[in-house]
Amino acid sequence: MTEKRVSFTLESTLDSVNMAEEKTEKLASELGFSEEDCHRLAMSVREAMVNAVLHGNAYDPKKKVHISFEQLGKRLTITIADEGRGLDQSDLPDPLAPDNLLKQSGRGIFLMRSFMDDVQIKNLHPGTEVRLMKTAGSEAADTTEEQQR
Amino acid sequence: MMKTSTRKVDNVTIVDLSGRITLGEGSVVLRDNIRDLIAKGDKKILLNLGEVTYIDSSGIGELVSAFTTVRNQGGELKLLNLTKKVHDLLQITKLYTVFDVKDDEAAAIGSFTK
Repeated sequence: MTEKRVSFTLESTLDSVNMAEEKTEKLASELGFSEEDCHRLAMSVREAMVNAVLHGNAYDPKKKVHISFEQLGKRLTITIADEGRGLDQSDLPDPLAPDNLLKQSGRGIFLMRSFMDDVQIKNLHPGTEVRLMKTAGSEAADTTEEQQR
Repeated sequence: MMKTSTRKVDNVTIVDLSGRITLGEGSVVLRDNIRDLIAKGDKKILLNLGEVTYIDSSGIGELVSAFTTVRNQGGELKLLNLTKKVHDLLQITKLYTVFDVKDDEAAAIGSFTK
């Protein structure tokens, strides 16, 4: 089973958000994720990166964002950590509640949870770590088997 | 990078959007566009999202904000030609039923209050 880990330390900028998103899309494609799942992975990373850069580090040039990509077989785990003041998970509003439906923000973590197999959020005191996990679907494996027959 | 162009048909302002509506790219452009239209008194707005390739939660927030801003001014904002990605996002976030979504431009124009 292939195992690979690569990590980066990034500035708290929107360029870092775009870079992380592009890297994710490329890696997911190489791992055999479907086009839709590549998009969902890239978007989840974008949402987590925006939270880290904007809400966590508040664009502070002294604070960094740490991102790692771990590949274990067909499973991709992406961990994004900021150096901000931390996130109170009990404070996260439900974006689907009628009172929140027309709010401008508050959908990022909800989208990550909709798109990924698993999302874990940890308070680092200080900072927040978001771990996104997804395994490439079985359709791709079936296709390969079909081709081999 | 997002591009916008505006045209007017039967007193309805159609904003053709293309590219990405994301934080730092399209979302500010969209906000400024809506603000300018409201300032000019244009309150029947049809956002054509047919060429929008990507939208993130910030972009969704801008669409919601545009919708409520126009509605609070006594106007109407509708969406036209959603791509599958945008359609799926609006379904997941339960916004599909909030927005008036159309897939035919002429019918969309005709649906605005006279």
